[in-house]
Amino acid sequence: MAEPGQVQGSLRNRLAVTLIGGAALLALLLFFVVRSYAAQIAQQGQDSILTASVSSILDAAVLRDDQVEIDFPYAAFSMLTTPADDQVFYAIYRDGELLSGYADLPQQADRAAPKQFQTAQYDGKTVRISTAARTLLGADVRTRITVSVAQTQDALSETLNQISTNVASFGFGFFMLAVLLSFWVSSVTIAPLKRLTTSVTRRGPQDLRPLTKPVPSEMLPLVNSLNTLMRRLNQSLSQSEDFIAEAAHRVRTPLATVRSYAETTLQRVDKEENRQALRSMVRAIDESSRAAGQLLDHAMITFRADHLEHEDLDLGDLVQELVQRLTPVAEMKDIDLVLQIDRPVRLIGDAILLQNAIRNLIDNALKYSPSESVIEISVTASPHPQVAVRDQGAGFPSDEIADLAQRFSRGNNARGTIGSGLGLTIAQDVAAAHGGSLTLSNTAGGGACVIFSV
Amino acid sequence: MRYIFCLILALWPLALSAQNWEDRQIFRGAALHDTAANTDAVQLRILSSTDTAFFIPIIRRFLADRPSVSIEYLVAGSAQIDHIFRQAPAQYDLVISSAMDLQFKLTNDGYAQPIEDLVTPDWAQWRQSLFAFTSEPAAIVIRRADFDGHPIPQTRQELIEAMRARPEVFRNRLGTYDIRRSGLGYLFATQDARASETYWRLTEVMGNLGTRLYCCSGDMITDLANGKLAVAYNVLGSYALARSETASALTVVLAADFPTTMMRTGFVTASAPQPELAKEFIRHLIRVQTQAVDPESFLLPPLIQSQITPAQSTIALGPALMTYLDRLKRRMFLKEWTRAIIR
Repeated sequence: MAEPGQVQGSLRNRLAVTLIGGAALLALLLFFVVRSYAAQIAQQGQDSILTASVSSILDAAVLRDDQVEIDFPYAAFSMLTTPADDQVFYAIYRDGELLSGYADLPQQADRAAPKQFQTAQYDGKTVRISTAARTLLGADVRTRITVSVAQTQDALSETLNQISTNVASFGFGFFMLAVLLSFWVSSVTIAPLKRLTTSVTRRGPQDLRPLTKPVPSEMLPLVNSLNTLMRRLNQSLSQSEDFIAEAAHRVRTPLATVRSYAETTLQRVDKEENRQALRSMVRAIDESSRAAGQLLDHAMITFRADHLEHEDLDLGDLVQELVQRLTPVAEMKDIDLVLQIDRPVRLIGDAILLQNAIRNLIDNALKYSPSESVIEISVTASPHPQVAVRDQGAGFPSDEIADLAQRFSRGNNARGTIGSGLGLTIAQDVAAAHGGSLTLSNTAGGGACVIFSV
Repeated sequence: MRYIFCLILALWPLALSAQNWEDRQIFRGAALHDTAANTDAVQLRILSSTDTAFFIPIIRRFLADRPSVSIEYLVAGSAQIDHIFRQAPAQYDLVISSAMDLQFKLTNDGYAQPIEDLVTPDWAQWRQSLFAFTSEPAAIVIRRADFDGHPIPQTRQELIEAMRARPEVFRNRLGTYDIRRSGLGYLFATQDARASETYWRLTEVMGNLGTRLYCCSGDMITDLANGKLAVAYNVLGSYALARSETASALTVVLAADFPTTMMRTGFVTASAPQPELAKEFIRHLIRVQTQAVDPESFLLPPLIQSQITPAQSTIALGPALMTYLDRLKRRMFLKEWTRAIIR
């Protein structure tokens, strides 16, 4: 398997955390802004009522015989009624001298131009004081009346607390919504990446076509470099395949020449030890040319698997033709080829590849079977079209069956046992190209059993 | 100098007891009856404008559960109470008065302490410190003998007409509060004046016929009973109905045009020597007055009356009550009232 990559953080988590953090920050900001705004508005509300109270007292002031009379309305104080029963204090001054009210209510130092509002401590409580002044003109007097009305802030703070609670729960709800939204957004954002990963993972080992599905613009550079990488890989793969095919082809022709010379010489040589040497030579040449042939086959299969031809064919006919062709070779080794066919076994596939694969399997069986034995070849249609080849040889080394299978899947020949390994590899590749599989096992009698199913 | 100061300090309780109380009674719990000297017993001092008779059943019930407590019940006029209490606020545990405006101002000025866990309608409390425990309309009380063969007036306007029709019957036989001395009388007068101009017309008619001025409802009821008065205006009906010998001879009329209803209120003083006991007393008082148990023995009218809707006619407990307590407003109001009533 591929080496697992190094993990550093997660895009999805980073996105989610950024969004949630932002939402939390916004919720806090919202809370403080709304709270301070509400405080301002609530204070304005109290101030305007205090102002109304002050001016209703001030408006009632009249100068009669140089005496100030202030017949202020009942509403001047009743308008200061609050749900929290806030306390009310007031003071009326004439030119700095207390006329009526609370003498110890804080007065402003600057009597000439009093500030309209002030917040002060009175009797251990925080009070809001509104102050206004008015000049009264009599016959020969000019006098200044200053009125202050103060109110505690219980109702105000109750309102503020309520607003704070409401805003806090509102902000929390907003935050929770944002959390849900950010999870959704991050998984939506990450989805194309997942789709790309899946489409790359699902590809067969030979599939090096460029990725053509549309992707978000941010992922385009990644896909482009991936495509470039695959194109270069494909190129170098096909170059090496070409090289192997070329090399095998170049080797096979001279080998045939050498073999015919060796056979001719064998007939002319009488001395037994020389004949022995020549026979070994011919056998070695056969081995080499078979290996070269298989290399060529493999290269051909690799090429064809990418451009699979789909023709309607009968697997039975195909195998029968092969068996007829191989019967002379089997007879030379005194081996019987027994063919058993369910007809018809129709399938869609590449005839040349299938032929090649099955020939390799029968070749293998011939190679490992002892003289005067039987090779059973059966073609069945259900559940899948399949070809089983059973011989009476030594079978697969039982501890290597799994290994061999694994090796095929990697398309690797590391152990260098060219004869068998490559043949099975070819069969495996063809089966895979047709969406089928190759199963290896040993029969009860000890022989090998290979099932090629499509 | 220091000796003089000490002397004043030592004589201060004497000076207090020398205060001219309308009534002063000490009620002792069952455990205290035998022992003559009960100086270290827990004592609750109640400063009240309500006649002792009305409070006896309430106090008895309170002491029944608390045998080791004694209560000193001090009665003074509603206007006096304000003065007495401001002189020495730490001397009293409870202040009970019918003058809502003065009670309100004492609470507003921070002389009351809150009782947090007391549940009462919102209109019957202020700052959870000042609690109302009765609803009592100001009534016109009429001596029935003087209206033989004549319709009994139901509104202020009808009363004016009745007085104009038979001035000889009513001359010098009209009574009302002297609002200069009575806090409750001042409250009723200012609320009437606020409600309608009829008040001033009535006051002028009464002034022209000659009106006797009283400090308290009780005295007016007595004078009605013995025939000195034919009509008393703005009296507490409860006082008239409470006495069986007067109830038959008098008719209590609640003016149909605008009945002014006041609430008797009480609070625990901020510097009460016995704050917990005082709070218990207020709770006890509210319980007795709201649950309407045994109306025969408890004489005070309940807080929630069935025949009048409190929202319409009851004087609201709120900052507006301070309006007529303002020195300038009071001076003007008294000047006008005196001009109308005293001829």
